[in-house]
Amino acid sequence: MSASISDFFENWGPDIWEALIQTFQMVGIALAISILIGLPLGVLLTLSGSGKALENKFLHQILNLVINMIRSIPFIILLFFILPFTKFIAGTTIGVSGVIAPLVIYTAPYIARLMESSLLEVDRGVIEAYEAMGIKTRHIIWHVLIRESRSSIILGLTIATIGLIGATAMAGLVGAGGLGDLAYRFGHLRYQADVMYVTVFILIILVQGIQTFGNLISAKLKKD
Amino acid sequence: MIHFENITKVFDAKSKETKALDDVSLHVKKGTIFGVIGYSGAGKSTLVRMANLLEKPTTGKVYFKGTDLTTLSMSKLQEARRNMGMIFQSFNLLKTGTVYENIANPLKLTGVPKKEIQARVAKYLEIVGLQDKANAYPAKLSGGQKQRVAIARALAHEPEVLLCDEATSALDPDTTDAILSLLDRINQELGITILLITHEMNVVQNICHEVAVMDNGRIIEQGKVIDVFAQPKTKTAKRFVQSLFNDSVPEQLVNSLEGSGQIVTLSFVGESSGKPALAMVTKQFDVYPSILSGNIAQLKDQPFGRLVVHLQGNATETQKAISYLIELGVIVEGYKKGGKQHVS
Ligand SMILES: Nc1ncnc2c1ncn2[C@@H]1O[C@H](COP(=O)(O)OP(=O)(O)O)[C@@H](O)[C@H]1O
Ligand SMILES: [Mg+2]
Repeated sequence: MSASISDFFENWGPDIWEALIQTFQMVGIALAISILIGLPLGVLLTLSGSGKALENKFLHQILNLVINMIRSIPFIILLFFILPFTKFIAGTTIGVSGVIAPLVIYTAPYIARLMESSLLEVDRGVIEAYEAMGIKTRHIIWHVLIRESRSSIILGLTIATIGLIGATAMAGLVGAGGLGDLAYRFGHLRYQADVMYVTVFILIILVQGIQTFGNLISAKLKKD
Repeated sequence: MIHFENITKVFDAKSKETKALDDVSLHVKKGTIFGVIGYSGAGKSTLVRMANLLEKPTTGKVYFKGTDLTTLSMSKLQEARRNMGMIFQSFNLLKTGTVYENIANPLKLTGVPKKEIQARVAKYLEIVGLQDKANAYPAKLSGGQKQRVAIARALAHEPEVLLCDEATSALDPDTTDAILSLLDRINQELGITILLITHEMNVVQNICHEVAVMDNGRIIEQGKVIDVFAQPKTKTAKRFVQSLFNDSVPEQLVNSLEGSGQIVTLSFVGESSGKPALAMVTKQFDVYPSILSGNIAQLKDQPFGRLVVHLQGNATETQKAISYLIELGVIVEGYKKGGKQHVS
């Protein structure tokens, strides 16, 4: 038994390790860029709403429309649909760099939506108190809106990260690898059930860990 | 200091127009505590929010220290706002910040030097009596303590004016009294002009110099607190005074006494409240007063008393007694079930 476990890791260890690194790379890079895009987008989406600081009906509806459109496309379709764009941005459509663009386009609008629901929770009164103190809108955005909703934003980002891990499973289709791809290729197509079980197990641990970590940070940031 | 000139505000919400303010003009003098009282929906919050232009008037002008705020650019308006503190019914503190951060962060954002921030937070925490709570989060504070933090936050900008939107309405009576005396102290010791709105007459009674009564978007009565207390003219003002001085007498008693003299309401203001007026009446006229109900209250600067008295005696004697009381400075009104009537 113990021999077979060490045999397994001798055979598959490097592949699993490589896949894990690829997953981390894809999730890490895509998440970072998605936050950079999704966060301001979420702020804009919220503040352009009616009765808000930067009220703009037209902009608000355009943003809503675009976000809803992108969010209704399944990732696997998106992946192929935007190939020319990916090529233009990354110079390649394969490997980890070939999958970042579609992952970002998939995740950023989702983060914007999650941001919107977090930001809308912030008490209107506190914002008003800051306006009454003569504080600039851009400062209010960071020091009140985002600060006060940070606990809920972290929970949103946790959900987005887990969704991103799910999406990377399809990245194998463009040769980007990752745990999902490993489970699919070897476990499913080649009937290496043990490889599939192990990678799925790792994915479960990963998702579980991220959720727990996210909950922990969120609880720590919450002061009420 | 603050001057509202013919302010009208119309809200357009879903096909329904609301005229929240209807041609309101008001002058808040430097150094005073000015109260605006009215029932819910009267337009009080809309009015106080006009003072720093959180709400923009549909028509009319808002002057602050002689400058028409409605003509200022956003950045000039923000500058002017730093000279007006504001506190709210719901405190509006950052949940994610400690007491210290709640006071210090806005100072940082308005460009107060770092060294000075510390000194200011310490100073104003002491004024509101919360030195030992600097590191507490708002969730751990009582309502009264939260309002103190909000007051310290407002004062830390060293404004000339403090606007209060129902600042004590969420607090219990004891805490209300404590916050009111803090506001009074701020007015006296720091010389800060206060414009407050409330639906509670005891707030006006305790700390205001002047009062305006609002109803349906209009100011229907205004003047010195003592004058509005002593002789409220409008029905709304009378009801507010009545809420503090419940001087209704059982109807049965009124009916049984009516035949044997006159029932009058006597209001004693300032000087006249010191004299033993009724005793002198008894001595000089053939009249026997008996007190049916009585109240005395301390207004900001002077006591104010109100008695409902049955003057037993014949018509000429009671009339003479009434004239005498009026001479003494007592305000005499005929008692009327459910309201009051002037006696000439
Ligand atoms: N933002 C708004 N949009 C539409 N109507 C409003 C708004 N703010 C206040 N009102 C209306 O204006 C009137 C006065 O409100 P308010 O000034 O809050 O009264 P008060 O503070 O005396 O209770 C009410 O009828 C209220 O419904
Ligand atoms: Mg109100």
